[in-house]
Amino acid sequence: MSEVEQRLAGGAGPYHRPISLWWWLGNRAYLKFIIRELTSVFVGIFAVLSLWQVTALSEGPEAYAAFVDRLATPGFVFLNGAVLLFVLYHTITWLNLVPTIVVVRLGGRRVPDGIIAAAHYGLWVVLSAAVAGILLVR
Amino acid sequence: MVRGITPFLWTLFGAGGMVSALLFPIHILLIGLVFPLGWVDAPDYDFLHGLAIHPITRLYLLALISFPLFHWAHRFRYTVYDVFQMTGGRQLIAFLCYGAALVGTVITIHTLLTIG
Repeated sequence: MSEVEQRLAGGAGPYHRPISLWWWLGNRAYLKFIIRELTSVFVGIFAVLSLWQVTALSEGPEAYAAFVDRLATPGFVFLNGAVLLFVLYHTITWLNLVPTIVVVRLGGRRVPDGIIAAAHYGLWVVLSAAVAGILLVR
Repeated sequence: MVRGITPFLWTLFGAGGMVSALLFPIHILLIGLVFPLGWVDAPDYDFLHGLAIHPITRLYLLALISFPLFHWAHRFRYTVYDVFQMTGGRQLIAFLCYGAALVGTVITIHTLLTIG
């Protein structure tokens, strides 16, 4: 029985106006919220890509060469460009939210949000430099 | 079932959010763009293989892959609820999302244990 039929039969609960699948497109705040939520898809894509890389490494030089060749195709370069943009959006929104979640007290005083955020941005720079150092300097 | 382990799932979501926020950009930049486009010579197989079999690197790779999978699972689950305004079928979505992250983690552990 459809919702309308149920209502006509008098046996339904309160009426819910149907909401469009695209409810988040019309409003800037909703759009930013959904983009932030969708960054998880790109995080997932890169986690799977990293697993693929490790699997190729474990299978030997030929498998790894095939993996490297696939990543150099235009489709994968374009995909990784998109992945980088969405993951950077994730990084920025995430690090900006950290002070709201992580409360640090020193000598009975709450460490200001700006310092906690800056510390995490600093950590981002240090870890990125470390990974780049290992993979580039070798 | 899902409700009882929500704090645990939220912890995995948080760990994955932090790991991916701090480490993914540099990995994507180098492995997805800089090396494939030939801007810098990519490290060769022997170097990367030697790196990957080190115990600390194995733990690093497990954290790098598994936590972000659970971050995806948790956040994507709620994105699906929100976008589709779901009231029914939520348990199925949760099962599929966390299940996929769990399968990915098991494959990762298996690969990291057998690499060598």
